[in-house]
Amino acid sequence: MSAADDASLAASLFAVDPAGIGGVCVRSPVSPARDQWLQLLRDLLPPGTPLRRIPFNIADGRLLGGLDLIATLKANRPIAESGVLAMSDRGVVVVAMAERLTPHTAACLNQVLDAGEISMSREGVSIRNSARVGIVAFDEGMSADEFVPASLRDRLAFLLDLTGMDMRTLLTPSHDAEDIARARRALSDVDMDSDVIKAVCAAALALGAGSPRVSVLALRVARASAALEGRRRLSQQDAAIAARLVLAPRATILPAPAAEPPMPESHAEPRQEPTPQTAPENSSPPDEPEPADPSRGEADQSILQVEVHTQQLEELVLAAATAAIPDGLLNQLRANAQERSSSSGGQGRAGALRNARGRGRPAGVRSGMPGSARLSVIETLRAAAPWQRVRGRGQAGDARIRVEPEDFRVTRYKQHACTLTIFAVDASGSSALNRLAEAKGAVELLLADCYIRRDQVAVIAFRGRTAELLLPPTRSLVRAKRSLASLPGGGATPLAAAIEAAVSLALLAQRRGETPTLVILSDGRANVARSGATGRDAGQADALKCAAAVRAANMISVFVDTSPRPNSLAKELARRMGAQYVALPFADARSLSKIVTAAAPENRSAALPSRPRVS
Amino acid sequence: MQARPRPVFPFSAIVAQDEMKLALVSSAVDPSIGGVLVFGDRGTGKSTAVRALAALLPPMRAVIGCRYGCDPDAPDALCEDCRERSAAGTLKSRLIPVPVVDMPLGVTEDRVVGALDLERALSAGVKAFEPGLLARANRGFLYIDEVNLLEDHLVDLLIDVAASGENLVEREGLSVRHPSRFVLIGSGNPEEGELRPQLLDRFGLSVEVKTPTELEQRIEVIKRRDAFERDKTAFIARWKKSDDALRRRIVAGRKLLPQVEVPDAVLQSAAMLCMALGTDGLRAELTLIRAARGLAAFEQALEVQVSHLRRVAPLALRHRLRRDPLDESGSSARVDRAVLETFGP
Repeated sequence: MSAADDASLAASLFAVDPAGIGGVCVRSPVSPARDQWLQLLRDLLPPGTPLRRIPFNIADGRLLGGLDLIATLKANRPIAESGVLAMSDRGVVVVAMAERLTPHTAACLNQVLDAGEISMSREGVSIRNSARVGIVAFDEGMSADEFVPASLRDRLAFLLDLTGMDMRTLLTPSHDAEDIARARRALSDVDMDSDVIKAVCAAALALGAGSPRVSVLALRVARASAALEGRRRLSQQDAAIAARLVLAPRATILPAPAAEPPMPESHAEPRQEPTPQTAPENSSPPDEPEPADPSRGEADQSILQVEVHTQQLEELVLAAATAAIPDGLLNQLRANAQERSSSSGGQGRAGALRNARGRGRPAGVRSGMPGSARLSVIETLRAAAPWQRVRGRGQAGDARIRVEPEDFRVTRYKQHACTLTIFAVDASGSSALNRLAEAKGAVELLLADCYIRRDQVAVIAFRGRTAELLLPPTRSLVRAKRSLASLPGGGATPLAAAIEAAVSLALLAQRRGETPTLVILSDGRANVARSGATGRDAGQADALKCAAAVRAANMISVFVDTSPRPNSLAKELARRMGAQYVALPFADARSLSKIVTAAAPENRSAALPSRPRVS
Repeated sequence: MQARPRPVFPFSAIVAQDEMKLALVSSAVDPSIGGVLVFGDRGTGKSTAVRALAALLPPMRAVIGCRYGCDPDAPDALCEDCRERSAAGTLKSRLIPVPVVDMPLGVTEDRVVGALDLERALSAGVKAFEPGLLARANRGFLYIDEVNLLEDHLVDLLIDVAASGENLVEREGLSVRHPSRFVLIGSGNPEEGELRPQLLDRFGLSVEVKTPTELEQRIEVIKRRDAFERDKTAFIARWKKSDDALRRRIVAGRKLLPQVEVPDAVLQSAAMLCMALGTDGLRAELTLIRAARGLAAFEQALEVQVSHLRRVAPLALRHRLRRDPLDESGSSARVDRAVLETFGP
């Protein structure tokens, strides 16, 4: 089956049971293929099914519902207005640019998917509405660390990737609207089969595919598939479809062939952390296939006769999923592992986009229409009060307050701009390895301070040929510890690449309204050029060029020289960067943490996001 | 105002997750333990367990007509209205279910603390107080899903109210105070952000839940989930007996609680353990002892044993440890180590 066929089949299955299956995450840039897919889905859904598109930055009031102001004033009593989720009951909600969803909005969607209803308590009204929706999340993420929040992905059965499809790809519908309508009626008659449950669970475990929730979704997909084919009982085919479409895209482990010991996987997972204790909790730890296989063997030995069928089924389901794992397996496993370690695209970046919304601490009121901002009732009434007689209040026993649009006052909110401290840590051979340990300690100490202030930390490590974003911006100590623990040392010093990576991350943070601080820990002995070619001269030249970019971007930066004696190369780099130069021959984690805290913007007199700095 | 309660997954039907169940049941026996924080993997039934607990709680006696559900037998904790009523005569009461209030996501501050009654303000121009979630949660449970995503100003508010047991409202020209004593229950995924230490401290117990990795367990989880979704009433009926038995044990535990003795030796052990871990303040020690006593009462033991202490120690202490960035092992491992050092194997 081609990717296009799978996409069509996913649309059909989703149309059968949108709320049960949860949804579809479609990773693709805006493209004709994506539009085609959505049109296909629209055609398959029964006529009249709500299908609403919502922007990723939808205001809570629109998403969840709130006070209907106009109706309230007309009726003189609070009237609630339902939000998009409630209005889409029994339908589908399409989220564009879902990789930009804030953790908060994602959590709202999660709650609706879990409960099938929405409970809202805002602005003086509380309502609970049925909201059995399916969600189509368009993931337009370009880079590997832009993802739909993992908690939401966990609730969407299908993860489609249409990235490779071009204009000429045609999606052929696998079923027509009539098939869907029939399947919808038949759905509740399909019996779950305990062999299939077992097979799907075993396959999910063997593939390291997600939480128990994912297995539940896979079974619902199998049920929809049976209903589509007019079967009352789940067949092998249904289980295989579920494994291919739901489990395979989430695989983090390539299951070993039954007879062989599962050694090769450890190579297939370059990002796996060494210590089992810090293993990612979302999916199965790397040593999973070992317990999975023996336990299956054990169970089967005792009840071999009865379970021959089950075992065949299990193998078949697993084989179906494994076959669907494409050739670029290594990359995919890596991407999934990365997703596990980075949890999600958006979630490490809590705080982004917040300034634009009506959240944070109230900071006075201003006049204006309550749209995204919240109405301040008492101030509005106060504004309206003097005009009551003029507007005719009290005439003919009418005691209603006359409020007109110009009286509206909305609350302003202020939120601290987030601070993001980016560490670029030299893990090359020339930086002594004990320096690496100190840097790790400092990052953790800082993080412990940061999460009280709700600041974020990111770590870029550089060694060998490239710089790697080891820890995307986060406040989570759990994640920081995990990623730092797995940082190895040794190799050349690609300082140019590191500075470049740090600057691009910092610019991204600035665009989000955060204040980045750059901390580079290195001995300054660059010997890899930006192109990746080794050579001291080219490496130095490129590093100096990149350093100038830091100054150009007006970033607060600290260059921590980790060489045993202060050295001129590092000083020159710091000067070019406009960075504060700190020679730290005997650095320990604690003093390093102090220096960075002192450099952080809130401890300087002005806390402007981009303040020119000359050293 | 609330629609009919939706059927919830029975507590006894939750597969494994014994630590989480232990914590929730202990805090149901002795609410003064101070709430439970459930942190862990996605899809492990955190919310399910908390909602199931609500169905498990025995009803409580409350003053008729009181907006805060005051306890007629606790004259010190009455709200101002009930005090007036009580001065005028006896308080009439009735049995009501223990409130388990869900804090919806995106909730606004006015709905949490209570605010000006909009309806009456707009229609009659009367300044009246409309109680919020904190009023409804009085004497019950306040559940916050995704507690680490809660907005800062709401966190501040909760920290204050959870400590004082009283909600002070000074807004929109209103000045109201009312009792708000609740057991705080939070759940979340630590990968999505940390909690402020002040808020962490407000939780008596903390639980870490992990995805079950055993095939049999996972199959059982999914089978029960499926059975529940197919026919909720039948499923609940099937588990009613176990739930009822558990409820009776909770009631019996509550009854026994005041008589449970804590021997000096146990007190001393608790102190030694807290010192070994370097926990700040007395809260850790107090919670540890209360939790051990709650567990003892639940198990119908008249005296707290060191074994009770050992079982609740990780729950009561792991979230109160000072962060030690240079210690790679997790908080649970540190507590386990200290338990071993203090009490031996």
